[in-house]
Order: sequence, then structure tokens, then C-alpha cells
Amino acid sequence: MSFFEADQLSIHFGGIRAVDGVSFAVEQGEVFTIIGPNGAGKTTIFNLVSRIYEPTAGRLSFNGTDITNVPPHQIAALGIARTFQNIELFEHATLLQNLLLARHAHKKSGFFSELLFLPSVRRMEIEHREAVEKAIDFLDLQQYRDSLIVNLPYGVRKVTELARALCTDPRLLLLDEPSSGLNVEETEDMAFWIQDIRDLLGITVLMVEHDMSLVSAVSDRVLALNYGRPLAMGTPAEVQAHPEVIRAYLGG
Amino acid sequence: MRFQFKTSYGQDIRLFRDKIAASWYGLLAVAALALPVILSEYYVGETTWVFIYAIGGISLMVLVGYTGLVSLGHAAFLGIGAYAHAFFLQHGMPWVVSLVLAVLITTASGLVVGLPALRMTGIYLAIATLAFAVIIQEVFSRWESVTHGFAGMPVAKPVIFGVPFEDDRSFYYLCLFFLVLALWLTRNLLRSPTGRAWIAIRDSEIAAQSMGVNLAIYKSMAFAYSAALMGLAGALFAHKIAYLAPDIFTILLSIQFLLLVIVGGLGSLHGAVFGAIFVALLPPVIAILRDSIPDSMADAASTTGIAAIGVVGELIGNFLKKPGVEAGIFGLILVLVILLEPLGIYGRWLKIRLFFSTFPMYKAATFKRQKSYMRSERLR
Repeated sequence: MSFFEADQLSIHFGGIRAVDGVSFAVEQGEVFTIIGPNGAGKTTIFNLVSRIYEPTAGRLSFNGTDITNVPPHQIAALGIARTFQNIELFEHATLLQNLLLARHAHKKSGFFSELLFLPSVRRMEIEHREAVEKAIDFLDLQQYRDSLIVNLPYGVRKVTELARALCTDPRLLLLDEPSSGLNVEETEDMAFWIQDIRDLLGITVLMVEHDMSLVSAVSDRVLALNYGRPLAMGTPAEVQAHPEVIRAYLGG
Repeated sequence: MRFQFKTSYGQDIRLFRDKIAASWYGLLAVAALALPVILSEYYVGETTWVFIYAIGGISLMVLVGYTGLVSLGHAAFLGIGAYAHAFFLQHGMPWVVSLVLAVLITTASGLVVGLPALRMTGIYLAIATLAFAVIIQEVFSRWESVTHGFAGMPVAKPVIFGVPFEDDRSFYYLCLFFLVLALWLTRNLLRSPTGRAWIAIRDSEIAAQSMGVNLAIYKSMAFAYSAALMGLAGALFAHKIAYLAPDIFTILLSIQFLLLVIVGGLGSLHGAVFGAIFVALLPPVIAILRDSIPDSMADAASTTGIAAIGVVGELIGNFLKKPGVEAGIFGLILVLVILLEPLGIYGRWLKIRLFFSTFPMYKAATFKRQKSYMRSERLR
């Protein structure tokens, strides 16, 4: 049994088969990338994994347990965190508050103790802040800690999303196009961070990405999709050389 | 310019930013305590209205300003709190028990109204809460065995543990106590996980859900807590108005509360208090102007000998006496605020404060926002 498995995963929107019988397995401690042309169903797979969409068929399992029917708000507590392609930060809150919200899955205080802000709540709050500070330190976000997200540039928001996902203490991290909208330098930083997340923090990464330089720099294995169906799977070099993949991208 | 140097996590968590901020609030507290000694009975009564409206404002602020759920039916919660409290008092319950029961009943009704909110957002939720308010108003006028319908229902003066709160001054202190309590409790929630979850739901439901927030639970919680505060405001409202009738709790009152949070500034507790000052004090200010403008301008006309001033004063006075002027002025101010200062009075307050704290280096562009279209609407 692999760390994370998708088995014959399918979702149909009316007549459109957005994802059609995709199976893959992610081993613990690897960076697994899904590539494919626009509309191939990459983000849809992410939305299936984070349980926002209900699959038409197929099963998902994580760490030996079936998560096909787990409600979306319990995914974080299981140890799966994600980022979004079109940044979904809490814009009118500070960066710190955004990261603290990621600790929600670890919340232990009840409504009434929070209402009175009992010492136990204060203690928990300080614990959460210590955890959040590690992510801020890891991704060099110190100077933006108290800024509102609306005032931050795009590149920093992208990193903030990564930090927020890390603050949930995940074991599987889903990154939806981590380099989209970033410049060359920021993309290089992102590549280093993804490697560090795998090697230093020991977090397994499942990633959707278009930038092939980033994909080949960090991925251990790559799955290529087109029209919701798998085309090829293997090392980055193997997949890039696969004739079906070349045809999907270049036509012919 | 003052920089805050942070050395502990406690600095982010505590109630007041630093000693200077705390001492300003201390001064404000002293002023609020001293007010009834200085002002006449009439103005003490008007300030009590500010406190009651502020509690209602906090209630709606939690829902609209922090959780992002719109309600056009909060006058119904106010009414439920008021009628329940009056009913229990009439049946001889002690004041505290009656108040607690009234708040509990309002909380329960908030939970019931919150249920459709789990599936509705924006304008649809506004319509649903509006329908609820209309139904409740009908219940107030028809359920005569409890509410006495249009015959009205007298409300006894509060007597707490044998201590009567009969005159306006003692009732002022009672309302002040509950306002401070409501502010403190709400601030506690907002600085703990529950408040952050509400803010997260407002800004991005999908991200909140992926971070582990159970949308159904936190949305109903926001509705219930908001209704509870409104029930508290309703109980005090009942004492203040002394005589309940169904036509008090109309949609106009709901809109007045919405106006309060928007003019005050969405997403801040300061805004709820600023908005309450505005909404509660505008009618008496108009009343004062109505009488004083023609008189003072007539005086000016006789001393300067220019008759035109007196004529203009007469015209303004007549205009202010026309029915519906108050609602018109409210509407005009709402439109102007949304156009010119979307952050409300609190936003203006922040700007003025920044102007003085950074003088002479203030940059007007600090508060400029670029519209961004990055977030996906598809999944909401």
C-alpha cells in the first residue's frame, strides 16, 4: 500500500469527463508532479483530493485509510494541506492571522473558554504562534508578518499560501501551480523551498506545474494527463521524451 | 512616528496594543462614567440609546463585518429579545433570569434562521432574513396572549437583586456595563480561533474549508452569537422604550442597523460604536437644528439688518419639519459614505490617526487599494 493512492478516479460534469479513470500512487518522501495542457484535469484532481468535488467513480486512500467520503473540513486534520492556483488568502486579515487560521485543525479550545479567553486559550494561542513562527522563519516572511494581504505583492502572496499550507503540519502537501505568476528568480527560490520541504521537513509533495524547468529540477516522478486521461508516467526525462506527451503539447 | 518593538507573543494577544492605547481607553472609561454627572437628564437618555444601538451594532458587525453574511432581519431578533424579556418580567421572574431566558430564546431563533444561511449567500440570504423579519413582525401583532398585539405591552423598570434602576442615570450605567461586557466578549472571540474562522469564511470559504473550518458549524455559530447579542440589546431596548408595540420592529429598524455597521466601518468593533453614535444621535441633532436654525438666523437678520438671512433660516427650518426628512438624510449619508469612504467612520479615523502619527510624512496612497481579480469565483 502506497502513502497516497488514487484508484480509477473519475469525475464527470454532465457529458464532460474532466477526469476519467486516473490511477497513481505517491510514495512517502517524494515529489510527484502532474503535468498536462490546459484543461487536462490537473486542478480537478486536486479538488477531488481535497474533497471539494465528489468523485463520480474511483477511490482515494491516504496513509492506509480510505478518504473518499471524508468531509472537506476534516482533510486538514488528516494531514493533507493545499495551495490554490488563484491565490485564496484571507485578504483583509494580516499575514500572521492567515497563518494562524491554518492551525485551526489543531484547535482544542471550546466556544465558552474562548468567550472568556481563559488562560488555557491564551496558552494554546502562544503555542500556535510558535508553530507559525517556524514557517515564517523557514520561508523568510518576517518583514511581512503584520501586513494585510491586500497590501502585499503577488510573489509574497504566493509564498504566504505555501507558508499557510505548512502551518497545518501536513504530511502530504498539494501545490497547485506554485510558480504561476512568479519571475525567474522567485521560481528558483520556489524550487529550493520545495526541495527543502521534502528533504528537511520530510513532507511528501503532490504538485501541478507548467514550468518544465521547475518540474525537472524537483520532481521524482511525473504523471502527464490529457483530456482527463493519463498519457505517461515516469521520471521527468522519460515523460518529456514520451511521444504521446510531445504530441499532446505540440499537436500532430 | 512610533514603532512598536515586539518581544513576546503576548503583545499580539492582549486586549490593548500598548500602555499608551490602554491609557486612552482608560480616559474614555472615566469620561463615560462621569458623563451622567455633567450632562442633563435628556442627554444622558440619548447617550443610553447610543449604548443600546452599539450592542446591536456589535451583533450585526459579527455577522456582516466579520463573517460576511448579510442580514436584513435583525430588528426581529431585537423584537424577540424585547418581547421575551417583557413577557417574563410581567410573569414575575427575577430580572437576571428573565434576561438570560430572553437571550437564550433569541439565540435559539438565531440558530433556526442560521440554517438556511448554510446554503445561501449574498442577496439570497438577505431576502431570507427579510422574510423572517416580516413573519416575526406578524407574529408580534397576532400572538396577542403573549404580546398584546397593537394594544401594546408595558415594560417594568429593571430591579436587579432588589436594587431599582428607575431614573435615566442609573439605567445609563446598566447599559454601559452591558456594552463593555459585549465588547469584551466579542473581542475575546475575535482574538481566538473562532473569530479567525469567521474572518476566513468571509474572505474565502474554500480556503477556510481546506484549512479545517467546518463551514456549517461556524456559520450557525455566528448567527447564534449575533442573535444572542441582539437579544441582549432588545431587553435593554424594551426598558428604554418602556412600551412595546409590533410596529417598532419594522424593516426600517433592520436597515438602520445595517446602516450603522456600514457607516461605522465594516470589520471593526470601533466601527460598531462609531456607527451607533451616528445612528442614535442623528435624530436628536436634526430635532435641535430644526428649532435652533430659524431662531438663530432670525436673530442674525435683525442684528445685521439683512432680511434674506431670516428668510433662508425659515426655509431650512420648514424643510427639516417635513415628514420623512430623517429617513432621507440617513439615505443620503449612506450613499455618500459608500461612494467616498467605503471604510466608514472608522476608516476615516484610521486616516486621521495615521496623518498625525506620521506628520509631516503622511502618504494619501497608503489606503489606496488595487482591485484584484485573482480569486476564482467558480468554487464558491
